[in-house]
Amino acid sequence: MDLSTSLGLIAPELVLSLSGLVLLLFAAWGGDKLARTISIATCIALGAAFALVAPAVCAGASGPDRMAFGGQFSADAFAGLAKLMIYAAAGATLVVAPRFFERLGAMRAEFALLVLFAALGMSVMVSAADLVTLYIGLELNSLSAYVLASILRDDERSAEAGLKYFVLGALASGILLFGMSLTYGFTGTTSFAGIAVATAGGLNTGMLFGLIFVLAGLAFKISAAPFHMWTPDVYTGAPTPVTMFFASAPKVAAIALLARVALEAFGTQVDAWRQVVIFAALLSIVVGALGAIGQTNIKRLMAYSSINNVGFILIGLAAATVAGVSGMMVYLAIYVVMTVGSFVAVLLLRDAEGRQLEGIADLAGLSTTRPLVAWCLLALMFSLAGIPPLFGFWGKFVVFQATVQADLVALAAIGIAASVIGAFYYIKIVKVMFFDDPADTVKGEADWAHTVLLVVCALLISPLGYFLIPWLGNIATMAASSLALPVV
Amino acid sequence: MQVFAFYLFAVLMIASAVLVVMARNPVHSVLWLILAFFNAAGLMVLVGAEFIAMLLVIVYVGAVAVLFLFVVMMLNIDFSTLRSGFMKNAPLGVAIALILLAELVFGIGAWRAGGLDLGQPLGDAATMAGVSNTKAIGALLYSRYLFLFETAGIILLVAMIGAIVLTHREKRASRGQQNISRQVNRRPQDATVMRQPTVGEGVEL
Repeated sequence: MDLSTSLGLIAPELVLSLSGLVLLLFAAWGGDKLARTISIATCIALGAAFALVAPAVCAGASGPDRMAFGGQFSADAFAGLAKLMIYAAAGATLVVAPRFFERLGAMRAEFALLVLFAALGMSVMVSAADLVTLYIGLELNSLSAYVLASILRDDERSAEAGLKYFVLGALASGILLFGMSLTYGFTGTTSFAGIAVATAGGLNTGMLFGLIFVLAGLAFKISAAPFHMWTPDVYTGAPTPVTMFFASAPKVAAIALLARVALEAFGTQVDAWRQVVIFAALLSIVVGALGAIGQTNIKRLMAYSSINNVGFILIGLAAATVAGVSGMMVYLAIYVVMTVGSFVAVLLLRDAEGRQLEGIADLAGLSTTRPLVAWCLLALMFSLAGIPPLFGFWGKFVVFQATVQADLVALAAIGIAASVIGAFYYIKIVKVMFFDDPADTVKGEADWAHTVLLVVCALLISPLGYFLIPWLGNIATMAASSLALPVV
Repeated sequence: MQVFAFYLFAVLMIASAVLVVMARNPVHSVLWLILAFFNAAGLMVLVGAEFIAMLLVIVYVGAVAVLFLFVVMMLNIDFSTLRSGFMKNAPLGVAIALILLAELVFGIGAWRAGGLDLGQPLGDAATMAGVSNTKAIGALLYSRYLFLFETAGIILLVAMIGAIVLTHREKRASRGQQNISRQVNRRPQDATVMRQPTVGEGVEL
């Protein structure tokens, strides 16, 4: 494989990194006055990367032709689909962020660049076909994320969120690196294909330890229980647009990465990791559902909601079939839309002085004061709960269907039962909005960009979304089959 | 000659390491530490690992030791108060000393049992014949690991951006900065106005 072919395969990453470097110069000389221009330029760069990835996803690209740099980087349809979601979520963040930070007088030119570099890191993560690529991508993403969490440095909660995220993220990286070094030591290779060959005959104790530590490290990054403790604090403390970013793009990247490690590197030993994934999935669903019940802050509630959703996504991974991975990708796509929509709705809640409102009590009577926001939020909450006419139901449906097909009926049954608990707090929000007396605190002007984004998200997850099923199902299946799945 | 160089570096290194601990002035400790790093680099050259030797000088002497020096000078630690808890912490110190002693005994025992058989590196991992290790590392970094190497560079860039974003503050305008070119270019007509005030009325500027 010569260099030019490899460079062609990493074209989206090249576009992102080069535009990031050029825009950094503008940020250095122009200062914070250029912040808005840089945000727009970053959106264009993300759009260009999106356009470069899209053909490979639609064509279902796979196989050795899509491996760059001697098998360190894989530009297949699976990575492509995850990248599309990541770039879209990063773009949505940049659409809503400038207004938020300008109101606080804290818009920084570097904000958009950090989002861009985080997206670049995630892009490398989902394409990783080697443990070293995995780690480099993960650190690029995490390092940008730590700074983003504490970007409101004069705000105590934001600084605390950044510090917590940094310390726990470093711990997770340590656990992951320990697992990776054990895996490397006992298999003698860092490439996923090589690990698959080395583990084909069974796992010895060292490899098993390596696998467990790698899974634990990645579970930290996707905030699956029992490694979820940092999520509520970080999501509450970080500025709302940053929380929206954390809840969408890095989740996609880390889950895609986890799927690739589990299925490509340890694909011959499904039984070894399946019980770990099932345990994390069920615990996440229960912890996410029960933890959210007593919350009064909507960002904290969304954090538990994301833990809950990660559980459902992991159920798809536990199936370890094409249908399971395809269901997982469909669920992820719908989840990203629902998360972005919910956080945009939260951003629209401001009092007369323009301060953000985050309490669930502030939502009271929103249906009379802000009918559009209330109805969109109603659709998003019902969709998150998985109530049938809305699109969120479809994600849960495909995941459970794949689980039943893979003969994991008990897992599917427990998952469905637990999702009923989760429905409680989503419906509680709807009750507060529609049946409580108006709290009359939401006053601020609605920005048109926010409103448009909210309406688009609400339309995508409304029953209209079902028109997308053939197309979405098709590209998700192609993406899933581009992974080297274990033969069952 | 080699033996002489080895003993010179080794003795100097151990002596300066002892002085790092013994020196009363923390700044002197850091300077002795730098001497220890230099001698370690010399030992690395003797075993043929000149790349690691250069790294020691550039990274440890050039960056880490200077950082230590900054920290020691800025923090202005009062060492007499640090030493005051000596008797209280003595049992812990003795315990750590015993653990280190046990490790030494194990280490010497393992050394006397003969070297570990690590096998010979084969294929890609084999040492390139007739190439210095700096060149060999460079050839790998810029060919097979080019992508990872460049991405690692971006990680360092992000770390730098992060440090600046979180700590840099715009200078206050009231601090009164001098802009010499503006001062020189300023003409009397920009700064002064001529008025003919009429008696009994104020002047409008």
